[in-house]
Amino acid sequence: MSPALILQVAIGGILMGLLYAVVAAGLTLIFGLMNVVNFAHGALLMAAMYATWLIHRSTGLDPLLQLPLVAALLFGTGVAIYRVLIARTLQIRVNGAMVQIFTTFGLSIFLVGLAQLVFGSDFQSINASFLGGRTLAFGAVVLPLPLVASGVVSLLVFLALFRLSRTEFGRALEATREDFEAVALIGVDRDRIFGIGWGIGAAAVGIAGVLLANFYYISPDVGTNFALIAYVAVALGGFGSILGALIAGLVIGLTEALTALVVDPSLKQIGIFLIYLAVLMFRPRGLFGKL
Amino acid sequence: MVERAGRALLSRRRRELLLGAVVLALLAALPLGVSGAYLRGLIVLALLYAGLSQAWNILGGYCGQISLGHALYFGIGAYTSALLFTRAGLSPFIGMFAGGLLSGLSAFLVGIPCFRLSGHYYAIATIVIGMMAALLASNWDFINAAQGITIPFHGEAWRNLQFRTAVLPFHYVMLVYAALMWLIAWVIEGSRWGFYWRAVKDDVTAARSLGVSIYPSKLAAAAISGAATGIGGALYAQYVGFIDPESAFDLSLSVLIALPAVVGGIGTLWGPLLGAAVLIPVQQLSVAWFGSAAGGIDLMVYGALIMVLALSRPEGLVSFFHGRARQEAVDHG
Repeated sequence: MSPALILQVAIGGILMGLLYAVVAAGLTLIFGLMNVVNFAHGALLMAAMYATWLIHRSTGLDPLLQLPLVAALLFGTGVAIYRVLIARTLQIRVNGAMVQIFTTFGLSIFLVGLAQLVFGSDFQSINASFLGGRTLAFGAVVLPLPLVASGVVSLLVFLALFRLSRTEFGRALEATREDFEAVALIGVDRDRIFGIGWGIGAAAVGIAGVLLANFYYISPDVGTNFALIAYVAVALGGFGSILGALIAGLVIGLTEALTALVVDPSLKQIGIFLIYLAVLMFRPRGLFGKL
Repeated sequence: MVERAGRALLSRRRRELLLGAVVLALLAALPLGVSGAYLRGLIVLALLYAGLSQAWNILGGYCGQISLGHALYFGIGAYTSALLFTRAGLSPFIGMFAGGLLSGLSAFLVGIPCFRLSGHYYAIATIVIGMMAALLASNWDFINAAQGITIPFHGEAWRNLQFRTAVLPFHYVMLVYAALMWLIAWVIEGSRWGFYWRAVKDDVTAARSLGVSIYPSKLAAAAISGAATGIGGALYAQYVGFIDPESAFDLSLSVLIALPAVVGGIGTLWGPLLGAAVLIPVQQLSVAWFGSAAGGIDLMVYGALIMVLALSRPEGLVSFFHGRARQEAVDHG
C-alpha cells in the first residue's frame, strides 16, 4: 500500500463523509427542533435522486444546475410532510413518540413502494453529466470530480446552516425549541416554524440527493443505507447538534474508507458501527449531545 | 377499600384468562371453517407474528424500551435451530431451545451497553446492532453467508417439525407459540416484575425512588423477550424451510416484529394478536394481489395502513374494545 493510495482513499472518505454529514444535518435539525426522528429520511434522499434523474432525462439540465430546483422541491415536500403527518402526531397525548416513529416508518415504506411503481426496481444512473467521468489529480492522488464537487457544496451547506442560526429566523427556531408555548405568547406561530424546520431539513437531504445522483446508482431502496449512516452520525454527534453531525459525518466517511481499504470492502460499515458503539460507551449522548 | 380494589383486580385478571381460553378454543377451531392452503398459510403467519410481537411487547411494551433490532434475536434463533438440524441432525425442538437460550443471552449482552442509553439513542443503537449482525451474517461463510440455508426435508414427523402435505400441523404449532407468549404476558402483568417494568416505563425517577432497580429489571425483560423471539425464529425456519440474512436479520423484519404490538396496542395483552390479525393479512394479500403485476403498490398499501393506524389509533386497536368496556361500566353505574 503506497502512501499516495492511502492519502487518496482518506481524502475520498472525507469527501464522502461531508455528504453523509449533510444528510445527517437534515435529520438532526428536525430532531433538535421538535424531538422527532424522521425515519423517512432515506426515502427523501431517494426521492431527491429520482427527481434529479427525471429532470436530467427530460430536460437535459445538468444535476449541478438542478441544486436550487430540487432543494426547493424537497423543501415543499418537507413542509407538506409536517403539515399532513407530523403536526397531527404532535397533538397525540398517549404514545406520541411511538406514533412518530411508526408514522415516519410507514411513510418511508409508502415512498419506496411509490418509487418502485413509477420507476421500477432497476438501477438507474446519470451518465452524461458535466462532471461525470472527470477526475482531479494532485500528483499521484487522483479524485473523481463529482465527489470533489459534492464535498465543496456540502461545506457550503454547512456554512449556510451555521449562518442560519445567527439570523432572526434562527433565533425563532431556537426559541421555539426551548419553549413553544412561550413563543406562542409573543406571536410566533409554532406550526409555521416547525414546518419551515422540516422544509430546511428535507432541503438539505435534497441537496445531498442531487450531489449523490451525479456519481451513484439510483434505486428505490438506495436511501436505506444512507439513512442508516445518518442515524449513526446523528447519534454519534449528538441529537440536535449540527456541528456534531459534521464531525460525525467526517469520522464515519474516513472510517468507512479506511476499513474498506485495510479490512474488506464488504465489511466497510463494521468499522463505523464499532466506532459508534465505542463512543457511546463513554458518551451515551454522543460527542456534542445536549439533550 | 384496598381489599376491594385487590378483588376487582383479581377478578379482572381471571376474566382475561377466561377470555384467553375462549379465544384459544376459537383459534383452534378456525381451520374447520377455513379451507384452502393459502388462507391457512396466512393464518399461520399471523399467529407466528402475534407470538413474535408479544415477545417484543415484553421489552418494548411492558418495559417501554423500543427495540428496533429484534430481528437479531429472531435470526439467532432461526440460524441456531436450522444449523443444528441440517448439520447435526438434531430435532428442531432441541434447536429452538438452544436458539432461544442463545438469543436470550444475546439480548442480555446487547442490553448491557444499550440500557445506559435513553429514548431515541436506545432505538438507534438497537438498529445499528441489528444491522451489524446482518452484515456479519452475510459475510460469514460458516453459515453460508448471503446464500442462506435451505432446510432439507427429513421426513414427515413431529420430531422433525416438518410436514409435506398440510399447513394444518403448523397452525397448531404457531397457535401454541402465540398462546404461550400470551400466557407469559399474562403472568408478567400480575407479577412483581410486571409492576417494576411498568414503573420503569412510566417514570424512571419515581420507580428508582421506590426502590426498583432499573438496570437489572430492563436486562431481565430483554433476556426473556430475546429468548421468546428466538424460539419464534426457529419455528419460522422450520415452517418456511429457508433462511438467509435478508429474511432473518433485516431491519424491515425488526419493524415487522414490533408493528403488530404497536398497531394493536403497545403494552397490552391483546394488542399483538389484534395487530397481527389486521397487519399480516393486509400485507400478504396486497403482495399477492399487486405484487407481480404492479410492484410497489403492495408496499404503498402496507405503508399507508401503518400511517393511518398509528395516527388514528395511538392507543392501538384494543382501544376500540376499551371504549366499549368503559361505556358498559358507566352504564352499570
